[in-house]
Amino acid sequence: MKTETPPAEPQEIEPPRPRSRSIAVEALLIPLLALFSALVVGGIVMIFTDPEVARAWASVGRNPGNAISMSWDLVSSAYGALFEGAFGNPTALSETLLASTPLILAGLSVALAFRAGLFNIGAEGQIIGGMLTSSWVAFTLDLPLVIHLPIALIAGFLGGAFWGSIAGFLKARTGAHEVITTIMLNFIALNLLTFFLKTPIYQRPGRTDPLSKEVAESARLPSFGDYRVNWGIVLALLTAFVVWYLLFRTTIGFRFRAVGANPKAAAYAGMSVAGTYILAMALAGGLSGLAGTANLLGVVYSMSPGFLGYGFDAIALALLGRTHPLGVVLAALLFGALRAGALQMQGTAGVGTDIIVVIQALIIMFVAAPALVREIYRIRARSAIETDAITKSWAS
Amino acid sequence: MSTIAAAPATSRVSIRRARVLGIVFMALGFAAAWWFGFGSESGLDSTFGLNSRSSEVDLPPLALPSRETALLLAAICVFLGAIQLTRGFGKQANLILGVAVGCFILAFLVWAARDDSLNMVGMLQSTLLRSVPITLGALSGLLCERSGVINIAIEGMMLTAAFMGAIVGSAAGSTWVGLILAVLAGGLLGALLAVLSIRYRVDQIVGGTVINILALGLTSYLSAQILARYQNLNSPGRFPVIEIPLLSDIPIIGPMLFANNLFIYLMFILVIGINIALFRSRWGLRVRAVGEHPKAADTVGIKVLGVRYRNVILGGMVAGLAGAYFTLGSVGRFDENMTGGRGFIALAAMIFGRWNPIGAFGAALVFGFADSLQNTLAILQVPIASEFLLMAPYIATILVVAGVVGRARPPAADGQLYIKE
Amino acid sequence: MKIELKGITKRFPGVIANKDVDLIVNGGEVHALLGENGAGKSTLMNVLYGLYEPTEGEVLVNGEPVTFKSPGDAIDSAIGMVHQHFMLVPVFTVTENVMLGVEPTQNFGLLDKRKARARLVELSERFGLKVDPDAMVEDLPVGVEQRVEILKALYRKADCLILDEPTAVLTPAEIDDLFEVIETLKAAGVSIIFISHKLKEVMAVADRITVLRRGEVVGSTTPNETNEQQLAEMMVGRSVQLTVDVEQAQPGEKILEVTDLEVLDDRMHRTVKGVSFEVRSGEILAIAGVQGNGQTELIEGITGMRAVETGTVTLDGKDVTGSSSKRLFEMGMAHVPEDRQEDGLVTSFPIKDNLILNTYQNAPYSKGIVMNRDAIDAGADKLVKEYDVRTPSIEVNAAALSGGNQQKVIVAREFSHSNNLLIASQPTRGLDVGSIQYIHGQIVAKRNEGAAVIIVSSELDEILALGDRIAVMYDGKIIGVLDRSEATRERCGMLMAGLSGEGVVRQSATETSAVAEDERPPPPASSAEEETTS
Repeated sequence: MKTETPPAEPQEIEPPRPRSRSIAVEALLIPLLALFSALVVGGIVMIFTDPEVARAWASVGRNPGNAISMSWDLVSSAYGALFEGAFGNPTALSETLLASTPLILAGLSVALAFRAGLFNIGAEGQIIGGMLTSSWVAFTLDLPLVIHLPIALIAGFLGGAFWGSIAGFLKARTGAHEVITTIMLNFIALNLLTFFLKTPIYQRPGRTDPLSKEVAESARLPSFGDYRVNWGIVLALLTAFVVWYLLFRTTIGFRFRAVGANPKAAAYAGMSVAGTYILAMALAGGLSGLAGTANLLGVVYSMSPGFLGYGFDAIALALLGRTHPLGVVLAALLFGALRAGALQMQGTAGVGTDIIVVIQALIIMFVAAPALVREIYRIRARSAIETDAITKSWAS
Repeated sequence: MSTIAAAPATSRVSIRRARVLGIVFMALGFAAAWWFGFGSESGLDSTFGLNSRSSEVDLPPLALPSRETALLLAAICVFLGAIQLTRGFGKQANLILGVAVGCFILAFLVWAARDDSLNMVGMLQSTLLRSVPITLGALSGLLCERSGVINIAIEGMMLTAAFMGAIVGSAAGSTWVGLILAVLAGGLLGALLAVLSIRYRVDQIVGGTVINILALGLTSYLSAQILARYQNLNSPGRFPVIEIPLLSDIPIIGPMLFANNLFIYLMFILVIGINIALFRSRWGLRVRAVGEHPKAADTVGIKVLGVRYRNVILGGMVAGLAGAYFTLGSVGRFDENMTGGRGFIALAAMIFGRWNPIGAFGAALVFGFADSLQNTLAILQVPIASEFLLMAPYIATILVVAGVVGRARPPAADGQLYIKE
Repeated sequence: MKIELKGITKRFPGVIANKDVDLIVNGGEVHALLGENGAGKSTLMNVLYGLYEPTEGEVLVNGEPVTFKSPGDAIDSAIGMVHQHFMLVPVFTVTENVMLGVEPTQNFGLLDKRKARARLVELSERFGLKVDPDAMVEDLPVGVEQRVEILKALYRKADCLILDEPTAVLTPAEIDDLFEVIETLKAAGVSIIFISHKLKEVMAVADRITVLRRGEVVGSTTPNETNEQQLAEMMVGRSVQLTVDVEQAQPGEKILEVTDLEVLDDRMHRTVKGVSFEVRSGEILAIAGVQGNGQTELIEGITGMRAVETGTVTLDGKDVTGSSSKRLFEMGMAHVPEDRQEDGLVTSFPIKDNLILNTYQNAPYSKGIVMNRDAIDAGADKLVKEYDVRTPSIEVNAAALSGGNQQKVIVAREFSHSNNLLIASQPTRGLDVGSIQYIHGQIVAKRNEGAAVIIVSSELDEILALGDRIAVMYDGKIIGVLDRSEATRERCGMLMAGLSGEGVVRQSATETSAVAEDERPPPPASSAEEETTS
């Protein structure tokens, strides 16, 4: 995004800006404060939507202590249960890791695309693309696990990659903005999924509702002992490492980042911008496809119509993790914890699981608006450098 | 220098495009003849009902010989294709494309209704109704984007407003109060988008995404916490049908256009009003200037950020109206995620309609038609997967942004920050 | 109207753009503000026009102190400004652009376009500014767009008109028209602030001249009291020697040949209309012309950045028409693009990454797809030293460098390979004198090593200083090629204005054919042989 630069050229070299501690601190501080703020606002929402606590506040004049203590009890028990449900015991931890698995992969998908200057809102569609291929492989073929599982995973990657590359191709060839095309492709994928689930290829025999066949045992991600967490988490962490290596240690990543930061300069330097867009969207799509596949082969084992809901989370994760694979992993573990703890929170404190979605939205909002966080906590801006806006206009 | 260079390259691109279009017309014609003409057994009639439920005048249904009618329509397509290939329609080509596609769809309907009857008026009526939230949503997006702020939060604004309309309308026992609060809720989310994207310089797509997630989370959470426990808070009632005297008695179009509830009339008023305001008024000139070249607007003393704030909030309010339609105009209660992606179809309609109110309305009608056709076909038990019809709006939008069918040109500064020293 | 600026200081983060500037403009006076690019002229005017708020100092209009919070305030005080980059909405008509912000309306806020149009027509007749009020601005030539800008200010009843580098995009003929308009306006009592870095124009048009250097006023004078040499010294602060010492060219074999090239611009207009020329090893071909006559598109066409409609480009005897820039690079082409920040650098990348932007896939920087970070660091350290890039570290982002050092990074990247063809567009635009001299030296050194060099510049001084042969582009064609010995400021100026009928072209054309027939021996006439006029 073009901001106004002062017309005068600075004639002197500006003093070096070493990667000082303050920057590193801020890189951690803003997300942490964002999380904290989101939890606070989430708590306020809980308080005013709980009928009894809200009633206590309505008569706060008569008994202020009661209202405050009831509010405290509610929020602390809710967040306590949330924490308990996410980290309280090995089973909880297993659930957190399980929930994090597809989130890591989908977050990496959006982050990788961001690095190449592409805003991938299409993770949801690519997840469907990946599941359509991997599930077919997983319930049709009959092979030993060591062969079947890898083939199913690769199929999932390729399915997602195909779906993602459509948007990349459209952008490269016609300049169609990927935000628009990926949104549209999400809904096209959703309808395709519904269609396929009613065809004999996918539909479970004897069912009239759109539900797929179950994947073969040999294509399932094995779990660790009695816990539900499975090899998917290992796959996700390995993938994160591969994405990091790709981005920061290889020529492909160099090209991605150059095209992402300045496509015109990259083109002048002889890089193929169109090719980069297609490849980046294909890889991003593949990662999303893997996310859907990990969920399919590790948790649900069959497909039903509808979005899985990872697409928007993935954007949040990429932003929260500052489009860095390690950041994405940490952010995904956090979101996984929220998801895993939500059920216990509902059971213990009677707070609906959807409050998690609200908290997640608030986290992205605060992370995306560091100026807002600084304003709330009165942190002085380090310099004029703000987060780079990610998209350019619809045009061009 | 461009006047000198102005001899616009009557480039091979446009010639090739003209040829492709001609071939497309031909292909539509032959496909229609093959599938729908010869696909209809000869001697059958397709019957089209022309009465709606409320009309007083009883029109006899229109019975057409299926095969002959479909073949005639197919012939028109082929004829148009032949002209396009030999003489070319020039600038009218896109319009003719519309005609050809129209003929193809009519031929399809004739085939689908062979030896059966199809209520034409009913289908058109449902087309109009289904297009209401899409049109209003598209207007919302258009108000924002014409001033240079991308709004992909239409969905979230509609959903929140739908919820507000239901709960407030029920609590107050008045659909009007519900409507007003719904519109205000939309405006509030518009204000949030504006503050995030203008004051805090959040990427506009990210800001919109935040609002979408927030809306989905909040409404689902609140509906589980509150509506599920207090059912009476989820029965706001609906706005009644207002029949406009005399006009509503006109056969066919009367019941279609003049016997509707408040929302349909408001939609017409807004489409026409925003069109006039945008292209004929001082306000509109300034809004468009801000969306195309904010710095130029700034240098002539227009408050760029003020215009953007105002427009995004207005856009939010129109999206709020669209949301209220779900609970107060159509269903009469709130269900989780009841907008079901229509905010994104509205976004598609805005783009398909090229950021123009009339165009957006036209696009919404096309999308509404696809939706209603899908329903009709289910009733006629036509063996065609309805999913492909439901995909049509999205595919059409991709074709438009990819420049396959004319190119949509968004406001030049759409999505760009404007920062002043 | 009398305008006074008193003690204006404007600071940006890290930069002082104006420092304690005083300026007085009297009614009906043409006051020139002279200074190098980056001297702070535009900043000062943006302060006067309310686009920037001054850090310190005050503005007085007719003796009254005023505060301009926005351009609207300046407009209300009858100040108008024609920006260097025109502030026109491309998809609006002339009338709509002119009325924007002060629209006459009928009932309900509906526009009264007829009224606005009538007033516009009246103004355009009164001041001799011919425009079609109903034309779309995006279809207008630059000169006409400028007229629209002036009309816009007059429509707002401006008594003081700021013209920011108004001649930068005009042909000499259009410049003469502009000067006439300025005279008319002056006669009508309008005061004019004329911003320029071109000495000749300032001497011709100004009543009073104020010179800015590095944000400060270095002096104020009148054309009668001074001369160009003196003004130049005031601008740059030391005696300038723009002419580089260039030995006689020793052209060798043909490196690049362009034949009948036609290229379309973004709006699908044919902007390059059949250009042919060739460049030999060891010579510099300087392409002159007013900006926007197809030079940009020509270079983009040759370097593979833009599709070629018809015609061929031959490099080292191989047809490379439409080749990717990557292939051209591999064949030995170096390219310093016109816009260094947009096209030349990834400004958010550190210097070391910018230095390998086109070689990252080659040894020693990578092996397979894995990059070798030690080799990259070592290479960058070496280049930074060799090309005198002033930076504390190779890890610094390119964005933090000054313009001159940014350009040196690009030059280091492009010149550090063995090149047989070197193309540099506007290589020194906006740079300080020191950097200009350094880069000119590097270009000449490349030529002396035997590279074929193409320079595109809109600065005639640069063209005359560097070009062994000078090709002038006008309206998408090369309308004349001059040898160094026959190139004068006047002849180039005439060609740039499209006046080719003056014999220059014809003469050289006949010469070419004559030469071709009896194959006269090489220099000095040799360079005339290569002329291929369109």
